[in-house]
Amino acid sequence: MKFSTLSLRRLNWVIVGLILNCSVVTSVLAVAKVSTADHSLFEVLQQDFKTGPEVTQACLSCHTEASKQLHQTTHWSWAFKNELTGQTLGKKNVINNFCVATATNWPRCTSCHIGYGWKDNSFDLTSEKNVDCLVCHETTGTYKKFPTGAGHPNYKPKKWPPKKGKLRQPPDLTKVAQSVGKPGRSNCGSCHFYGGGGDGVKHGHLDSSMHNPDKELDVHMDTAGLNFNCQTCHTTGGHQTAGSRYAPKSTDQRGVIIPGQKDQNRATCESCHGSTPHPKESNKKLNDHTEKLACVTCHIPEFARGGRKTKMWWDWSTAGKKDKNSKPLVKKDKDGYDTYHFKKGDFIWEENVTPEYFWFNGEINFTLLDDKLDDSKVVPINLINGSYDDQDSRIWPFKVMRGRQPYDKVNKIFGIPHLFGKDSDAYWKSFDWNKSLAAGLKARGKEYSGEYGFVETEYYWPITHMVAPAEKALDCQSCHQPDGRMQNIKGVYIPGQTNFKWLDRIGWFIVLATLGGVLLHGLVRIVATKNRNKESI
Amino acid sequence: MAKIMMYTRFERFWHWSQALLIILMLITGFEIHGSLHVLGFEQAVTVHSIAAWILIGLWVFAWFWHLTTGEWKQYIPSAPKRIFAMMRFYGLGIFQGKSHPFHKDKENKLNPLQRMAYLSLHIMIGPAIWISGLVYLFYKDLNVIPVSLGEVALIHTAAAFLMMAFLIAHLYLALTMDEKPLSSFHAMISGYERHD
Repeated sequence: MKFSTLSLRRLNWVIVGLILNCSVVTSVLAVAKVSTADHSLFEVLQQDFKTGPEVTQACLSCHTEASKQLHQTTHWSWAFKNELTGQTLGKKNVINNFCVATATNWPRCTSCHIGYGWKDNSFDLTSEKNVDCLVCHETTGTYKKFPTGAGHPNYKPKKWPPKKGKLRQPPDLTKVAQSVGKPGRSNCGSCHFYGGGGDGVKHGHLDSSMHNPDKELDVHMDTAGLNFNCQTCHTTGGHQTAGSRYAPKSTDQRGVIIPGQKDQNRATCESCHGSTPHPKESNKKLNDHTEKLACVTCHIPEFARGGRKTKMWWDWSTAGKKDKNSKPLVKKDKDGYDTYHFKKGDFIWEENVTPEYFWFNGEINFTLLDDKLDDSKVVPINLINGSYDDQDSRIWPFKVMRGRQPYDKVNKIFGIPHLFGKDSDAYWKSFDWNKSLAAGLKARGKEYSGEYGFVETEYYWPITHMVAPAEKALDCQSCHQPDGRMQNIKGVYIPGQTNFKWLDRIGWFIVLATLGGVLLHGLVRIVATKNRNKESI
Repeated sequence: MAKIMMYTRFERFWHWSQALLIILMLITGFEIHGSLHVLGFEQAVTVHSIAAWILIGLWVFAWFWHLTTGEWKQYIPSAPKRIFAMMRFYGLGIFQGKSHPFHKDKENKLNPLQRMAYLSLHIMIGPAIWISGLVYLFYKDLNVIPVSLGEVALIHTAAAFLMMAFLIAHLYLALTMDEKPLSSFHAMISGYERHD
């Protein structure tokens, strides 16, 4: 017990240097990221591990509480109760417009679950040994969950994609287990950079370019500069991670978080920068903006800036096509991104994307499986709330993911496509939407009417990462001009953008009428004078 | 022929610095409004704000000067008969070669129409601009006032349009209406106006 207490409370802070400056002695306490424990020396880790769960059991022999802590997290449960809206969310429950839903597609989806073996509904969410410690804590970069392994890495050499893909060697679990340390960007990134099934697909502000970003791409995570980890902002405690995209904070009025405060959540810009972050010598109006704008609105001028594209449109309705030779059709753009895939339909990819801007107060209401869809319009996967009059609302940047996806035309509910699997109901086997939707909906306790259609949907993703250096932030003119960025923003007068058309019409009329009037008056005077002069001659 | 000291040093200083500031503020103001692109929005705001403070300062001096010297009496409206006479002159008489119905001297620098125009400039357009401008500038700090920023901008912009119209009419009248061409202009520079 004494040992576990010690290892849990590792002392990581090491004094590295003293700097002498003239006659004034200034001491600088630099922090070296060095652990006091070398896990390769631990006997329990010097085993020939065959599987992931075996490693976990070894971890648990010291870190007795770790799995119990993990069980409390959304990372594990894939369920999230939003206290504000009362909705039950999480990957288990929400529907998106990428691969739509996790139900019946478990082994594929749970390759990004923080556990081992969630391959169907029978998965035991209380199992301690099935928590995957390695995916977050290994530091070799060689441990990878196999894409269809329900959270396990491959324990034998295996090809991915199946048949024609590259052979993936199994990780050396002993070496991997002995490497453990604090999570780095690449640990979190192994899932979060690849959301939606591929690099940059889902988020657009998180992709593999964030493993080692430069200053331009992310001023905080810049490898050569501040070199932040994810948890520098997403502070953790007992394996709970701060920051939630289901219940985000639109604004943070707590002020700068200092040690000693109870709430050490730093997953907002304001928690370090405060609400008046611009220096005194800068334009006073900049700090005024924080009352109505999120920091990221100006400081993330574009997303998908790291040379990776993100998916902006996914049309399931065109899936299943074959080419001239009756072979399954795949089309790629010049950069190698699929623009059509027979399994999934049409895609649009973009990089350096200008966000869309909306009022947002942190409240998001999802359209869930129990909700009736209005198929006469575009269906929002999630509805973001906010307005000018709402004190908690700020103008936020969003990626809006749009697409068309299957729905039950009679019952007016989302379709749950059973995509992945070896059975004939799986869409990617039989390409039969009826079978696929019937199986998917059944797994979620709904009956399929037998008639499907495709409904256009949109999904709003607040943009928070890829913060640019200050000099690359938006300038005033990006918004303060007639065709500025805030065209969607209602309820507030934006100088330079908002115009009272009638005022301009009347105003310019008065000005031009005055000008015309004096010119005409002058002209008549000249003519009259000439005429008089003639008469007098 | 007599040389009359028409405009004192302060009046001339006031006139030309005000002219410069108003033209500068019209350009930068209409850039902020989105009608022009000269300096860029941020620069335009900076210049506009600095010019605003100088102009407000100048106006404070000008009000003080008017009140203490009694020059404010120059703006007391004339009798309607005299106003109509001026209107008839500009609308008709001037084309017929009739002589100006108003004689300018040091105590009466402004003709009946000018009195009206400058009075409304000083007590309506001017205050509308600087009051709305200050509210605009400090809108966030004045969060108790029951008007929206849009309404403030509306008043400010409307007054700016009137100021621009005023400027055009003023330039025409000031530069072309003298019996001796440009005598007012010269007087506004040297202070002295020649009279027969």
